[in-house]
Amino acid sequence: MRPERPPLLFAFLAAIGVAFVVLPLVGLLSRAPWETALSDLGTPEAATALRLSFVVSLAATALALVLGVPLAWVYARVQFRGRDVVRALTTLPMILPPVVGGVALLFAFGRRGLFGPALDAIGIHLPFTTAGAVLAATFVAMPFLVLTVEAGLRSMDRRYEDAARTLGAGRWLVFRRVTLPLIAPSVFAGAVLCWARALGEFGATITFAGNLPGTTQTLPLAVYIALETRPEVAIALSLVLLGLALAILVVMRDRYLRAF
Amino acid sequence: MTPEVQNVTVFAGSSLTDAFTRAGNGFAKTNTRVRFTFNFGSSSTLATQITNGAPADVFASADEGNMQKVVDANLLDGAPAAFATNRLAIAVAPGNPKKIAALADLARSDVVLVLAAPTVPAGKYALDALRKAGVIAKPVSQEVDVRAVLNKVSLGEADAGIVYVTDVKSATDRVTGVDIPEQQQVVARYPIAVVKGSPKSALAHRFVDYLVSPDGQKILVELGFSKP
Amino acid sequence: MLKAQVAVRLGNFDLDVAVEAAADEIVAVLGPNGAGKSTFLRALSGLVALDRGRIDLDDVVLEDASRGIRVPPERRPMGVVFQDYLLFPHLSAIENVAFGLRARGVTAREARDRAGSWLDRLGVGGHAEAKPRALSGGQAQRVALARALAIDPRVLLLDEPLAALDASARGTVRRDLRRHLASFAGVRIIVTHDPLEAVALADRLVILESGRIVQAGSPAEVTQRPRSRYVADLVGVNLFRGIATTGHLALPGGAVIHSADPVDGEIFATIHPRAVALHRSRPEGSPRNVWHGRASALDFQGDRVRVGVEGEMRIVAEVTPSAVSDLGLAEGGEVWVSVKATEISVYPA
Repeated sequence: MRPERPPLLFAFLAAIGVAFVVLPLVGLLSRAPWETALSDLGTPEAATALRLSFVVSLAATALALVLGVPLAWVYARVQFRGRDVVRALTTLPMILPPVVGGVALLFAFGRRGLFGPALDAIGIHLPFTTAGAVLAATFVAMPFLVLTVEAGLRSMDRRYEDAARTLGAGRWLVFRRVTLPLIAPSVFAGAVLCWARALGEFGATITFAGNLPGTTQTLPLAVYIALETRPEVAIALSLVLLGLALAILVVMRDRYLRAF
Repeated sequence: MTPEVQNVTVFAGSSLTDAFTRAGNGFAKTNTRVRFTFNFGSSSTLATQITNGAPADVFASADEGNMQKVVDANLLDGAPAAFATNRLAIAVAPGNPKKIAALADLARSDVVLVLAAPTVPAGKYALDALRKAGVIAKPVSQEVDVRAVLNKVSLGEADAGIVYVTDVKSATDRVTGVDIPEQQQVVARYPIAVVKGSPKSALAHRFVDYLVSPDGQKILVELGFSKP
Repeated sequence: MLKAQVAVRLGNFDLDVAVEAAADEIVAVLGPNGAGKSTFLRALSGLVALDRGRIDLDDVVLEDASRGIRVPPERRPMGVVFQDYLLFPHLSAIENVAFGLRARGVTAREARDRAGSWLDRLGVGGHAEAKPRALSGGQAQRVALARALAIDPRVLLLDEPLAALDASARGTVRRDLRRHLASFAGVRIIVTHDPLEAVALADRLVILESGRIVQAGSPAEVTQRPRSRYVADLVGVNLFRGIATTGHLALPGGAVIHSADPVDGEIFATIHPRAVALHRSRPEGSPRNVWHGRASALDFQGDRVRVGVEGEMRIVAEVTPSAVSDLGLAEGGEVWVSVKATEISVYPA
């Protein structure tokens, strides 16, 4: 095939588009204190935030898997009235400004929220706790998993499930031994996207869970706080996030596009 | 030819939100050809933005340290002038249900305390005050600025927060203030300065002058600030 | 003995058939695409619920719509070989075969042993560890058969067992399949759209068209006495339906032909294309059935040419290529048709 040459205007605008995204990254890299980056990351505040971020984002991904895979299954397989509306609602956090999500979480699970007193009664306190940070991250990140897994379920050949049923497998066994392995690539892709989103979560976390080193101060919060007093630490932490994001995109490559 | 309306951009610590909005209106009464754009945030964030080239005409900080950063970067037109002082107060839920009477109560295990992050002035002052009172209190969160502290208290998520007297005054319907005695107080000094290279430096200087004039000071005092 | 009265409605399509199959016979359900064959098979295996009807296997009720009885697919003693085989792509051949045993609670070790011996019996023991995508079509079919047989079913259902194979492999695989089917002692039902496959594998044919059974019987009965256009086309004969009175066959459209068969009443009549003679001008002599028509289509098939003739009645004649040139036949050209009364086979409708 003859390689196509873009119209001049497209080439021009496309080049600006690339510059627009790449230049800030170049800016970040140009300020990076390469010699001290490692020791900056070793400072207690950076190390604490790194550790907490991994705990929170992995816990959020685990929670999203436990709740999101069955949810995706219901969306893909069960016809019920209002399904589209419910799906739209559960997808909302993906587009909602995270701060709004944080406020909404406060009004639901905060001390004076709708369900706060009930949670309080059974000894569950979410705001200002690591559990709250996990909840905030799950809230914004789960839609990525649900959408990806649902797409996987819809595109898989359901006749394999029929075959398994005729071989004597009940519905749960079919799901575990046939459905899940067949949609494993989608579940993996969804989990990685979800994890990436949870790792970068800022607005809902700071609004709902607050900001306390070691408890709720995840990487993005630490970057924001450190930027004013210790910019070199902030940049070093930013580099970690940038590297992880890049690694994720390389791992996902075309899967990301195929999933949607 | 009528002179054009000039836009003056003012970067100010978030505790100045109400005061500067009103002072801006007061100043505009005698200078009809001016319009203000305010950027309120934590003074440390603002200082970072200005040293990175943000187009501010005026900078008002809630502490001297952040102003010093801009001074050190040689970005000011003239020396900073002190125009107000502020004092701390404990913000609690309306009616003070937890019966918080002093800083010492903030260490109680049944009190959920939020402070501003130690990197922003309000957080630093709060730690100073607690230290003076000999209180070791553990906040559940270090909020990004003093307004966020006030919000957590007014939303009921926190029982208490250390904020400025002016914050309590601006939110009398949502929080109750508990005074901090003189010997534990920390006085926040607010310096203001015109940023170097401002194309509206004449107007900017007039605004600074207005703030230290009797008219300007009247507004600040009404909102709970003290004279410098 | 499997007795199935199956009525299923799916959107605009409805299937309503009754089929019985004994353990000593192989039944092929033959029909064109969209006739409802796969739906029938899915209903038998429990993957589609009956709207009406019931399914009995010997004295066990598997499903009875009127009484709300429905044994789920995983508890029906049926092994299914699906179209495209549907071997689980993430499992090896032996794991595929062991799947049903594991689902039935057989221990991993025993399931593996039994799966292995099934693969050996079907001659694919050497591919036990291969993933399905590494198997040829014929191998995959045998693994699928092993998987269906390993659960020791009482009914074996096969959906288009040869359709996924290319033509060159089909002959051998069909022979093997016939052998394996013969050694299975239970009800065997094959669903297919390929008459060759049906005739080669089955003892009895059930012809399904548009969700209804149009004919059933031994392959010989069905091919000698087609009762639908579909079967007539498969066999390659002209089929007419009409009313007979002492050798006069009145066909829809007003045509009347004469036959030597003394059947009366509603009848089918078949005429083999080779028995249809074409002439340039009106033939003299004995034939009772002579009419004038127009050649509508010429279909060259090696040393034979099939000529469709439109006239009082539509008929297909089979002649030699030299006859075509002798007659000066061309599409749209005029032609005379004659059929001897003794060449018309008539049987009750």
